[in-house]
Amino acid sequence: MNAFLAPLAGGALIGASAALLLLANGRIAGISGIVGGLLGPASRDWAWRVAFLVGLFAGPALFRATTGHWPQIRIDASWPMLVGAGLLVGFGTRLGSGCTSGHGVCGLARLSPRSLVAVATFMAAAIITVFLVRHGLVR
Amino acid sequence: MNTPRLLAAFASGLLFGAGLALSGMMDPARVLGFLDVAGAWDPSLAFVLAGAVGVSALGYAVKARMPRPALADQFEIPANRSVDARLLGGAVLFGIGWGLAGFCPGPALAGLTLGLPEVALFVAAMFAGMLLFRFTAPRSTGPITVSR
Repeated sequence: MNAFLAPLAGGALIGASAALLLLANGRIAGISGIVGGLLGPASRDWAWRVAFLVGLFAGPALFRATTGHWPQIRIDASWPMLVGAGLLVGFGTRLGSGCTSGHGVCGLARLSPRSLVAVATFMAAAIITVFLVRHGLVR
Repeated sequence: MNTPRLLAAFASGLLFGAGLALSGMMDPARVLGFLDVAGAWDPSLAFVLAGAVGVSALGYAVKARMPRPALADQFEIPANRSVDARLLGGAVLFGIGWGLAGFCPGPALAGLTLGLPEVALFVAAMFAGMLLFRFTAPRSTGPITVSR
């Protein structure tokens, strides 16, 4: 598929996912929020969160069944780097109340000022981090 | 919690995971290529956000005409609209982590399906970070309230 068509179509599916969860269940499709709610104190609404995550795990398998191959991925980060990055992503998304999906896909769609600022901030932080690692003095 | 609601949540997760797989967002090397604006920049993943926000916005347009969700009593949308230090600090930490490994939460969780130890390690550390937040941060996060 075209280099831009697959991202656009994949994005549209993600948007449809967010619209479905909103219109059916009244919920934001924010991954860090859905997972974080399971780690909270005595979550009373854990069942739908687990159901969503089971679907999320099954999604790439549906892609495999449809296309005949798994999504190709390449991970360059070292194991210590993966641990550090994971800690930052986990802590940061809870502190900032959202990630690429909650603030990005859902927040931008409903023009939330908090989400606009959050997306601009984490995009800038990520771009600067990649710049320092690849072109800066870090390496 | 009733069964239709669980099925809707499952279907939503399935669409999300299939969309991630199709879009290329699950590949950290591609995500880092998108973030590397000073190098061999790969802008294609901007189309993921464009497609996702576009369709999601249609959902919000439909929501505006609905008194309540089809399967639940009320919409639970964050009503907090103020920017604070917590939001900014969290976004900076998340952005640094995203830029270091190329994983954000959705693609990492969906990537568990591929059975790679690197993905499992990242997800374990991400859960540890979320638990660390839970046990260190003050209780109140932004109030989740009903918004019309």
